[in-house]
Amino acid sequence: MNLNELTAHQLLEMIRDRQVSQLDVLDSLRRRIEQVEPQIRAYVRLEGRGDILGCIDTSVDGFESSELRGIPVSIKDNICTRGYNTECCSRILQGFRPPYHATVVKKLIDAGAYVMQIKNNMDEFAFGSSTENSCFGPTRNPWDLERVVGGSSGGCAAAIAADEAVVALGSDTGGSIRQPASFCGVVGLKPTYGRVSRFGLIAFASSLDQIGPITKDVQDAALLLKIIAGYDPLDSTSVDMPVPDYTQALINDIKHIKIGVPQEYFIEGIDEQVREITLQAIEKLRQLGAQVYDISLPHTEYAVPVYYIIATAEASSNLARFDGVQYGIRSTDQNPGIDNKIIQMYKTTRGEGFGDEVKRRVILGTFALSYGYYEAYYLRAQKVRTMIREDFERAFNTVDCIVTPTSPSVAFKIGEKIQNPLQMYLSDIFTISANLAGIPAISLPCGFTDKGLPVGLQILARGFNEEMLFRVAYTYEQNTEWHLRKPEINGIPACNRS
Amino acid sequence: MEYQPVIGLEVHVQLNTSTKIFCGCSTEFGSQPNSQVCPVCLGLPGCLPVLNKKAFAYAVKVAMALNCRIAEYTKFDRKNYFYPDLPKNYQISQYDLPLGEDGFLNIRQNGNIKRIGIRRVHLEEDAGKLIHVSDSSLVDFNRTGIPLLEIVSCPDINSPQEAYDYLISLKQIIRYLGVSSCDMEKGILRCDANISVKRQGDSELGTKTELKNMNSFRGVREALDFEIRRQVKLLENKQRVIQETRLWDAQKHMTYSMRTKEEAQDYRYFPEPDLPPFIIDAEMQREIKKSLPELPQAKELRFIQDYQLSEYYAHLLTSDREIADFFEYCVKLYPQAKVLANWMCGSLLAELNSRNLALGELNLSPENFVDLIRLAQEGKVSNVVAKGVLRDMIDTGQTAGEIIQKKNISQISDPDALKEIIDIVIKENEKSVRDYLGGRENAIMFLVGQVMRKSKSKANPKAVLEILRSRLNK
Repeated sequence: MNLNELTAHQLLEMIRDRQVSQLDVLDSLRRRIEQVEPQIRAYVRLEGRGDILGCIDTSVDGFESSELRGIPVSIKDNICTRGYNTECCSRILQGFRPPYHATVVKKLIDAGAYVMQIKNNMDEFAFGSSTENSCFGPTRNPWDLERVVGGSSGGCAAAIAADEAVVALGSDTGGSIRQPASFCGVVGLKPTYGRVSRFGLIAFASSLDQIGPITKDVQDAALLLKIIAGYDPLDSTSVDMPVPDYTQALINDIKHIKIGVPQEYFIEGIDEQVREITLQAIEKLRQLGAQVYDISLPHTEYAVPVYYIIATAEASSNLARFDGVQYGIRSTDQNPGIDNKIIQMYKTTRGEGFGDEVKRRVILGTFALSYGYYEAYYLRAQKVRTMIREDFERAFNTVDCIVTPTSPSVAFKIGEKIQNPLQMYLSDIFTISANLAGIPAISLPCGFTDKGLPVGLQILARGFNEEMLFRVAYTYEQNTEWHLRKPEINGIPACNRS
Repeated sequence: MEYQPVIGLEVHVQLNTSTKIFCGCSTEFGSQPNSQVCPVCLGLPGCLPVLNKKAFAYAVKVAMALNCRIAEYTKFDRKNYFYPDLPKNYQISQYDLPLGEDGFLNIRQNGNIKRIGIRRVHLEEDAGKLIHVSDSSLVDFNRTGIPLLEIVSCPDINSPQEAYDYLISLKQIIRYLGVSSCDMEKGILRCDANISVKRQGDSELGTKTELKNMNSFRGVREALDFEIRRQVKLLENKQRVIQETRLWDAQKHMTYSMRTKEEAQDYRYFPEPDLPPFIIDAEMQREIKKSLPELPQAKELRFIQDYQLSEYYAHLLTSDREIADFFEYCVKLYPQAKVLANWMCGSLLAELNSRNLALGELNLSPENFVDLIRLAQEGKVSNVVAKGVLRDMIDTGQTAGEIIQKKNISQISDPDALKEIIDIVIKENEKSVRDYLGGRENAIMFLVGQVMRKSKSKANPKAVLEILRSRLNK
């Protein structure tokens, strides 16, 4: 048994009982990263590092009794760490070292965790569903190296699946935690909007972004959320509500829990095996005592178009600051067509610094906000967003949670959809609504296709009712063994986690 | 042909909170460039704005004092445009739901009150400052994020003088609230003007130009004056006014075109997702309303009524809250309001003007000021001497008593002491004495003047006159 294969709660117990030290854990992670990283590429900026695995300097009072004592946490490249590169996997932010920690990073450090200096790969600025849009190149799926890991938090999900990390923090704007978790056979949670501070998360779409855990099991997700959740005076959109002890919600019992299954999520176009496996999972929940109801979320079909207007509009404004004036790269290329020097600097810097998908979305969002189009696009999208939110409110008047597939397909081949953005966007069709409605959602493994690719089950609950997600997910997990399966990476054997 | 100017003013006022609108940085003026900055006001990625509640309350105060309807539900919006002094390349401002709308303020025109409408009052963040050097430009972000209030008037202003009076009145009100110094020379208040002219009686407006770069209230008046003449001349020569932005050149005393073709900027406003909307409920409105001081025009009316002052004195004394408060404090110590008003408007304000100082910057307590007036009224010093004493009091910070004693300038009213000087004057001015006795009543004033001179102005002129009369008429 290698330490890197264990969960955080297992390691915490061993560290507490002094069977192992936190340094043993780091050693084992270091070995694993050296072993599989050449194939997986879940981390970025490893090249030229003397020690692959450095952790951010910390000295916490009461370390011995701290809640995450010595647990290494791997984080996505869009979460700021003071003094360490945070580049959103974009050329334009090359060399950017923020002079501050994200609030979540501060909270982790205060809880005794080791925040890793190297960061997880992602789609540039979190724009994507496959981690192919990274300026560092794609991460490969541990279950099949020819396939994508999903995105945008693909590096996090791959690192967890390949046991190159114990727990990770990603960000989710339209499914960026849940979809890669489902593609990699791990657990991913998007908390309620406002539950976790966004301070220090480099914004994609401010009204949709949330930071959340990507872990090997449900218990670790609860453990991590408990640490990172809570009101932050530095984030006016964080909500001042007490943070429950989520580990208390890990109850192996869902008798009389009412589960809604929305008909709109089992549409044409969904992968036949994904549908089959999801329905089997729902049947399992029924066997475990849940009451299953068919429900309707009538505005589901508008979620993707609404999302791509609101998210790109906000992104076009959020990314305006990357102009070469203060930080990141500044292009000195001359463009003879432009006589205004400052406009020239903006254009060449942004032209060279941003990748294609970023440009596509900035243009899309700029258009949606333009004079004469604002009412038809942005304003109308906001109205439909309200209707989508009301769909969920109505549903939660009759059911405790909603269960759906996380994504309509399993991990696709690298390069398969990169030339077809619309196809790519549809891979988030089931996850986007939770962001638009601001509600929490979790994805956990619920089976494998005949090709051995993992399928994810998504559970959604009312805002600030993460406890319901943990309870249902934990019960399912305790009564199945999907989460214990490990990928065999290119002939490197993996032992089952049992 | 008579032309009527139609003018609307857009005023920006920096609020004097000690910290910036969305972060904790200091707002102090004149510090080293980029010494008052942090990740939030520098717009570094991942940082978020947190509203300064005080700036918000200040803004609501101003909107209330300008008789605006206060929005119950208000929000911030992003105004998107690229400029190197704007670190996020968007400005957090307010678009469709400003915190105040449909207000007004009154100005006085030839003894009549004219009401100028206020279209909107909204809160936003200031941008940084560009400094151009030979081959490049530098940017100072100290000003970035200073709370800025935008106050937009309706096009109700019809002359440069009205525009000037509007600005004076606006400045008075805001200074009364204590939320800004409104110092235009320091850039704390900035003003742009929209101006068009139309034929008297026409309902249709002419083409307007926007004037920028005025650095004083007088500059605004002069720029408008120039621009009206320019536009009228164009129209009289059957030429068209071009819609454009023009800059005022204070040295050359003229406006010149900044952009030849007007590019319509699309700011792509949308609600700021990093700040939740704000509710200004009735409770909060009451609370802020209660904290409003008596405003200049109300105070002026009260001064006229309570103290029987002339409109002119009341207006002068209420032009500045500090002066009004000083006056009212003095009235409590010395209840002859008219005498006080006379002294304040005549002597004290002149001293302030000549020194270019505010009352609070002077070394003068109301108690000491009242003591001086009392001494003058009681005839202990002559009025002429008293004015000099006031000057010395301001210069040295000493009391009137101290100065009078040290300089030995108390007024001489004692008849025995005066007789000596009078006798000498009578002897030395026999011709004038003869003239007076011969029926030239005025000649006696010459003799009084001589006594005053001999006594170094210390003689009490009334007493001198009496003694002279009784001596000569014997």
